[in-house]
Amino acid sequence: MRRAVILAVVAALGAGLLAGCAEDSDEPAGTASNGGGGGGKGRTTLTVGVFGAFGLNEAGLYDEYMKLHKNIEIKQTSIERNENYYPQLLTHLGSGSGLADIQAVEVNNIAEITATQGDKLVDLGTTEGVQKDAFLPWKWAQATTKDGKTIALGTDIGPQGICYRKDLFAKAGLPTDREAVGKLWAGDWNKYLAAGKQFRAKAPKGAAFVDSATGVMSAITGSNENRFYDKDGKIVYKTNPAVKQAWDIAAAFATESLTGKLQQFTPAWDQGFANGTFATVSCPAWMLGYIQDKGGAAGKDKWDVAAAPRPSNWGGSFLTVPAAGRNKEEAAKLAAWLTAPEQQAKLFAKRGSFPSAKAAYSLPEVSGAKHAYFGNAPIGEIFSKAAEGVPVQIIGPKDLIIAQNLGDVGMLQVDQKGRSPRQGWDAAVKAIDNALDQ
Amino acid sequence: MARDAQAAAPSQGEEGAAPRTHSGAPAPHTGPPAPSESRTPSESAADRRRRARRSRRYRLDVRWSPYAFVAPFFVFFLAFGLFPLLYTGWASLHRVELTAPTDMEWVGLRNFSRLLEDEFFWNALKNTVTIGLISTVPQLLIALGIAHLLNYRLRGSMFFRVAALTPYATSVAAATLVFVLLFGRDYGMINWALGLVGFDRIDWQNGTWTSQLAVSTIVIWRWTGYNALIYLAAMQAIPNDLYESAALDGASRFQQFRHVTVPSLRPTILFTCVVSTIGATQLFGEPLLFNGSAGATGGAEHQFQTLGLYLYEQGWVNLHLGRASAIAWSMFLILLIIGAVNWLLTRRLSKSA
Repeated sequence: MRRAVILAVVAALGAGLLAGCAEDSDEPAGTASNGGGGGGKGRTTLTVGVFGAFGLNEAGLYDEYMKLHKNIEIKQTSIERNENYYPQLLTHLGSGSGLADIQAVEVNNIAEITATQGDKLVDLGTTEGVQKDAFLPWKWAQATTKDGKTIALGTDIGPQGICYRKDLFAKAGLPTDREAVGKLWAGDWNKYLAAGKQFRAKAPKGAAFVDSATGVMSAITGSNENRFYDKDGKIVYKTNPAVKQAWDIAAAFATESLTGKLQQFTPAWDQGFANGTFATVSCPAWMLGYIQDKGGAAGKDKWDVAAAPRPSNWGGSFLTVPAAGRNKEEAAKLAAWLTAPEQQAKLFAKRGSFPSAKAAYSLPEVSGAKHAYFGNAPIGEIFSKAAEGVPVQIIGPKDLIIAQNLGDVGMLQVDQKGRSPRQGWDAAVKAIDNALDQ
Repeated sequence: MARDAQAAAPSQGEEGAAPRTHSGAPAPHTGPPAPSESRTPSESAADRRRRARRSRRYRLDVRWSPYAFVAPFFVFFLAFGLFPLLYTGWASLHRVELTAPTDMEWVGLRNFSRLLEDEFFWNALKNTVTIGLISTVPQLLIALGIAHLLNYRLRGSMFFRVAALTPYATSVAAATLVFVLLFGRDYGMINWALGLVGFDRIDWQNGTWTSQLAVSTIVIWRWTGYNALIYLAAMQAIPNDLYESAALDGASRFQQFRHVTVPSLRPTILFTCVVSTIGATQLFGEPLLFNGSAGATGGAEHQFQTLGLYLYEQGWVNLHLGRASAIAWSMFLILLIIGAVNWLLTRRLSKSA
């Protein structure tokens, strides 16, 4: 008798623990088989998986949706960094378990998701309330598979300006008015380099013109129609003149000692904002909040935003609905609502993530937006203009790996270790070849 | 079985007072013959049957219960230890991508043969060895010293023992982030201190040696106290009269340490060497986070990319599960070799002792 009891207990414990590891469902009991309709207590819990400070929750959009739909409860799970979030999303998609009802995807990964995971995601193009015409055409196209399914809806895009410090510009004898500053380098990244040399001639001690050569490079590659892939999906970064031009100009910033020799998104870079050690940084709309956080009170009214030499895009995200989810219909409705122009405008007003729905640009929250921290810069106007000029970029599945190795291996060697641009390029190519080889 | 049941029937209906060997064989008879058959005839056959059943159950209990008690560990080890190990081995013989983990294309040993020509792999192996050496050797020496000091009667020894263990209890992430700030190029406290003494600022992260030293510092800081406590535990087991007689012979404290403490600690020192070596081979968290947020490159020139980081980069950044599995198995083989060398050393030492 005792033996039987022990064995039963062991079996139950083992099974329970194993099951617990297999799937951590955080649904309250009793909602698992809930179709949304039904009894007074029948609430559907929708989970949203995001990376970083995505902003949907912070902008109060979930609360608003739950007010409108009493039968829905929304929970968000967030992983700080996309490079940890994305592989996990892939493994979950591969096994069809552990998925949230809605999963965010970064633009650098969208081509790979569209090409390889299309059959595991719900076609949102046919969801009620989604209007193709509301979105920027290229944003819509980026998430549309070869057989015409649109598996993700755009949340935001990253049109760029140049954020600059008025106090350092004044000391170096450069204009401080945002119109005049924009004219300094309008139309050509080489003028930006020239402005840097002008700044260096009379720069205050300890202040560099830009934060990093890598930041310059990604801004320039973001202003070209083709960067790493051609339209047939072939990898062409080695021979693409646009990439070479971006590399050369960015490397010139390093060799001319115009950079602060920093690496973006590291603690040292954050300290650079706090201490004002560089005068300019190319900033997509979503970075304004970041600069405000890191610059703190000391940087208030010191920063301003000017137009970039050429319109350019960096970043932006999408929402997808995995086909393995339990509440696909409700999740698709929520994704449609979150990415509708009105909600994207709210996200911009609260968080600075610039809408990917062009229908939002005429809304007052966007067109009239000003940013107090940046000297009341009319950011709605500046970024709308930049967004209109952004070329429709050809993206490819391995964009992230190529960009990362060019930046964090190649250009970083030129910038921080004083390698020649040639050596840095060769090192990056070697690393990329190894990374792409299956 | 039937013979057993008769011979081993318990007396007076009590369950299991008779001593029994583990094999389930009946205990040899002592004293009077077994009472079971010489009972009053009034005892019914049903009673006898019930007793026989009970005793059989008891024997099964004694024989199989221990297995039931250790089963959870083995079930979990099978599920989370052995199966992943074998599956990784299987995956290492295929071309398989994280974007489609079920599409496996057989490539035989190609993933392993290409490692031989993979300069990133050799670089990672070299870094792992150098960081392992410059972190493990000082760490164990310092730990031995600290343990020796803690072994003396001193006030607040409990406080010091707990203090020695606090670094081990902090999270790698939190500790590493603090060290990243300490080793900062522009605003790091270490460079500030060097500046006070009149040295130039050091770009810790970009130098090969400096970055490896910095990573080793984090490892040393975290693990020294832990090893010190292991040494201390072993030291407390050394009989005191050894020290007393050494003291009578006029040995100084240092001589006592050299000639009494260290020889007695030999097996413990070997143990910590092995554990530290395994830890050093798998070093991952510290170098990953020391890179700020630039991911698993291990610096602009991969100057502090360890095997663990390279494995992570291949599997979770470049999404090549097959290649990453081959690196994982190579690490496993390296550890097996280290284990074999250690075993030989132990045998040699125990013979010479």
